[in-house]
Amino acid sequence: MSAVDTSTVDTSAVDLTGPGSHGRLYWLLADCANIVRRGLTHYQRQPVNIAWQLGFPILSVLLYGYVFGSAMKVPGGGDYKDFLMPGMFVMTMAFGFINTATVVVYDSTKGVIDRFRSMPMASSAVVAGRGVTDLVVACAELGIMMLTALAMGWRPDGGWGFLGAFGLLLWLRFALIWIGVWLGLLVPNPEAAGGLFAVAFPLTMISSIFVAPQLMPDWLGWVAAWNPISSTAAAARELFGTPVGGGDSWVEQHALLMAGVWPVVLTVIFLPLAVRRFQKLSR
Amino acid sequence: MNDGYAVRAEALEKRYGEKRALDGFDLAVREGTVHGLLGPNGAGKTTAVRILSTLIRLDGGRARVAGLDVARQAREVRARIGLTGQYAAVDEVLTGRQNLEMFGRLFHLGGKRARLRAVELLEQFDLTDAADRGVGKYSGGMRRRLDLAASMILAPAVLFLDEPTTGLDPRSRGEVWESVRALVAGGTTVLLTTQYLEEADKLASRITVIDQGRAIADDTPDGLKNLVGGDRVEVVVAERADIPRAVKVVARVSDGEPETDEDGLRVHAPVTDRVNALTEVARTLQDEGVRVEDIGLRRPSLDDVFLRLTGHRTDVSQPKEAAA
Repeated sequence: MSAVDTSTVDTSAVDLTGPGSHGRLYWLLADCANIVRRGLTHYQRQPVNIAWQLGFPILSVLLYGYVFGSAMKVPGGGDYKDFLMPGMFVMTMAFGFINTATVVVYDSTKGVIDRFRSMPMASSAVVAGRGVTDLVVACAELGIMMLTALAMGWRPDGGWGFLGAFGLLLWLRFALIWIGVWLGLLVPNPEAAGGLFAVAFPLTMISSIFVAPQLMPDWLGWVAAWNPISSTAAAARELFGTPVGGGDSWVEQHALLMAGVWPVVLTVIFLPLAVRRFQKLSR
Repeated sequence: MNDGYAVRAEALEKRYGEKRALDGFDLAVREGTVHGLLGPNGAGKTTAVRILSTLIRLDGGRARVAGLDVARQAREVRARIGLTGQYAAVDEVLTGRQNLEMFGRLFHLGGKRARLRAVELLEQFDLTDAADRGVGKYSGGMRRRLDLAASMILAPAVLFLDEPTTGLDPRSRGEVWESVRALVAGGTTVLLTTQYLEEADKLASRITVIDQGRAIADDTPDGLKNLVGGDRVEVVVAERADIPRAVKVVARVSDGEPETDEDGLRVHAPVTDRVNALTEVARTLQDEGVRVEDIGLRRPSLDDVFLRLTGHRTDVSQPKEAAA
């Protein structure tokens, strides 16, 4: 059972001396890049994870597009697909925070974050690298969702506006990273992180993703209209050149503005919370 | 550079609300040795290791690791230590090789050196065959060896092993012990926390016993065992009439006075050469035709050490310590 060759351990042929005279910023970026590389390697090794994450949005597209599609109304007229698809893109982004939280809770409960923190790397790169990974993955998810929508006959009509829509969707996803990191450090175990879906689902339903707020009871419609993800959905519809189903309330009339503002608000609230939670690890 | 001590802690304090996780804890670990930190759950072992490895801040006292102050020179300390905690802190999705390369790059070795070092460590920890398999498919022992390998990437001066064999089967435990011995042969200083006296006994040349956040004993394994009387050979005879003969046989191999326990038909005595004593006693009893119900070696347990040192038993049902 002599698993280890005693004579050779700890005598390395590799030069293990210090890394030379790079500055802190260099190493912050390098560490961040390595964390991103790790995150993307996960998807390379388990490509089916992307399918899991997109499963629900794609299923919803099919369900609402084909099964309920004919029964769904868009106030003021217009094609339900033009209403639904941008909403689906928003939902894909919105559910992303569960993904962020799941990875973070896994790393913190399995001791991986402790290992990172015991190493001479920049510990902020652990969080920053997670964020960049999530944005890269979000781009891929949006790409797949848009191709699915196009295959189902969705035809955006806004020219280059779609780039703006893409940007606003990513902007929303960026803000949700901090909620994900915060929750990931807050929940006690990966099993509990699974329960986040039960919270996320109603929060995304009470919005303008599937149904226009005017068609809901007054009070619910008001909540749905002020849901941050509704603004992104409405702004995306506008930028895709298919501004269907918009309402008359102030927040709905200023969707573009609010799609820019809401993520700032979320970041201002949750970024400090996430950072504080991370610092609390060393208490 | 640090008077021959790799780790030196003086009067460490750590409070969690009302609870004093560490309450004036002292520790001195000589360079190039394995030092055991022994104590029950909640005694403060993990808290001590987390302070020494810069993961949590101390509330009072001073600690130096590899000659550097853990509070003021945390970053420099991190470049000189390795840490293997209670969980195998490796990425389960990546392969063993990908794990070591990732950690190597994060240790700022650069891509090429990280790759070479990974190959080297996979070889040393006997993981070459499994190098390109996902860690999720590794056995507990393999995972722990990979964890150790990741801690060894920079060939650190000091390695912290926090209960490295908790939850492992005996075979995997043996593999980890082999690895630890090999590391020390290479010059690394190891601070090992454990709940098992046997583990500390097998690996450590010196043991600090910790209870309620304080060091309550610091001695060699033999010294600690002498404190509780060392190993004992124990014979249970079938008939009361055989007790005097059994006492005579046991006395021959013992360096102490055999004790009898008339109710339980039990004869026991301290021994040093454990295995020989046991076979000798078994053979002689058989030759003399004494009917034996049971025979065996009783080793002093952590419980015995604790009972002797503190007057209270270890309570294994205690919850994990706050920082665990």
